Amino acid sequence: MVETLNVSPDVLAGAAVKARVQDLSFYYGTHRVLKNITLSVAEKKVTALIGPSGCGKTTLLRCFNRMHDLYPGNRYDGGGIRLLPENTNILGADVDPIEVRMRISMVFQKANPFPKTVFENVAYGLRVRGDLKKSDINERVEQALRGAALWDEVKDRLHSLGANLSGGQQQRLCIARALVTDPEIILFDEPTSALDPIATGKVEELVAELKTRVTILIVTHNMQQAARVSDFTGFMYIGELAEFDRTEKIFTNPSNKLTEDYITGRFG
Amino acid sequence: MKIRKDIAQRKRTDKVFSLVGLIATLVGIVTLLALMIDLAWDGTARLNWNFFTAFPSRFPDKAGILSAWVGTGVVMFVTALAAVPMGVAAGVYLEEYAPKNVMTTLIEINIANLAGVPSIVYGLMALGLFVYKFQFGMSILTAGLTLALLILPIVIMATREAIRTIPGSIREAAFAVGATKWQMIRHHILPYSAGGILTGVIIGLSRAIGESAPLITIGALTFIAFLPASPFTGTFPFLSFEWLKSPYTVLPIQAFNWVSRPQKAFHLNAAAAGLTLMAMTLAMNGAAIWIRYRFRKRIKW
Repeated sequence: MVETLNVSPDVLAGAAVKARVQDLSFYYGTHRVLKNITLSVAEKKVTALIGPSGCGKTTLLRCFNRMHDLYPGNRYDGGGIRLLPENTNILGADVDPIEVRMRISMVFQKANPFPKTVFENVAYGLRVRGDLKKSDINERVEQALRGAALWDEVKDRLHSLGANLSGGQQQRLCIARALVTDPEIILFDEPTSALDPIATGKVEELVAELKTRVTILIVTHNMQQAARVSDFTGFMYIGELAEFDRTEKIFTNPSNKLTEDYITGRFG
Repeated sequence: MKIRKDIAQRKRTDKVFSLVGLIATLVGIVTLLALMIDLAWDGTARLNWNFFTAFPSRFPDKAGILSAWVGTGVVMFVTALAAVPMGVAAGVYLEEYAPKNVMTTLIEINIANLAGVPSIVYGLMALGLFVYKFQFGMSILTAGLTLALLILPIVIMATREAIRTIPGSIREAAFAVGATKWQMIRHHILPYSAGGILTGVIIGLSRAIGESAPLITIGALTFIAFLPASPFTGTFPFLSFEWLKSPYTVLPIQAFNWVSRPQKAFHLNAAAAGLTLMAMTLAMNGAAIWIRYRFRKRIKW
């Protein structure tokens, strides 16, 4: 059993709260993967989740857009995740996962562009909503590509296949796809684990830039990355949130011995 | 040098197997080639314009395959029209919607078994169901539906195989922007698996095109000297489905009919009909390869 610290209100240091995870547990079948997670996600800040492999950080991230609902045998338990300001529990049975995914978008570990053109990849989030004018779609695709710092590189080949881009460009294409619908939160699931250092740098810059517009939750294997891009960091260990605090505090003066051992490389 | 001896020994086994494999391959290819050369030898002389535009006749040199190739064409058309939507829908349902339970497993095993049922059994079933029960008669409609049932398992399995090659990450990407299941299928699963599905459809059709046993049980004619009614008419609504009720014959049955005649000249006609059938089948297989190639080129994960 890991000692779990409750999030004291002053951890967020006056930042507005965008989402509140309350005593959340999650089961794959009978296997309990998340244990009583309580956590607040600050609005228009970057919150990082770190921890050794299998600690449940990706599982927690995928609760936020109900990805687990796609597969049988998965179950959420506890107080759910409340999205503020209106305080809806996005894990509630009365909330359609599709609605959640329209408000909270996701960037995956490995770039997964559709085998369609660059333009169609980005436009897809708008297409599923229907009822948009062609000129609106064009404009919003351009905005999203600019937002993902990709516009200048692809503006002359919007109608060639997304798969023809480089790995880093593909990942930024996926960021543009996640951005086009003006989501309230973007989830990043180890977005740079398949990228080289230069492409990684670009994605990190992008994350730092995006947080002026949108709340970001990022899972990362790379502790330096968490230290570089995030404002708040949660350290997870065997399904529990062992520590959650401001990033500088976690990396300079962690309260939990486990956190200290992990960030100093003694395990994990 | 024990090691070298040992390696030489193992390499000999390698050589022996590659030789056995080569012989096995050649048996297949040489047989097919011999068959084709023999057919071409006998039949080429009969392949002229008259052969394709004349009805069968009791004079071998005047007899043609007009009713047979038109029959084969329209029956295949009905077969494809029935088998493709049904097979694709069933494949998509089993892959995407069906719950993973005993019932689904039973259905899956059944479909796999259906693919191995002898075609004559389909003919007997169709005789009872389409000809007598539904009163479709000995018609193009009955033949098309029967062959559609025959190739349905092939289409279903090809659809499922094609769907399974689509990575889960693509599905998740579609769901993650708020697509519904049907949107995910309509915008992603179906377009990306279309190449594989079409290939399966064509393989199924090229099996159906050579079938004669089930069609004989449901009353394909062996001698017919008129064509089905035209689907287009001069008066409103300009479309007619009378042709569906028309009697028909198909190429394999025509060839069988000729080959069972005593006169040698009819045997040459049979060879020419066989050659035509083979050309149609090879053309379809070629189309399948081409379609698969085109789709693969466009889709990269």
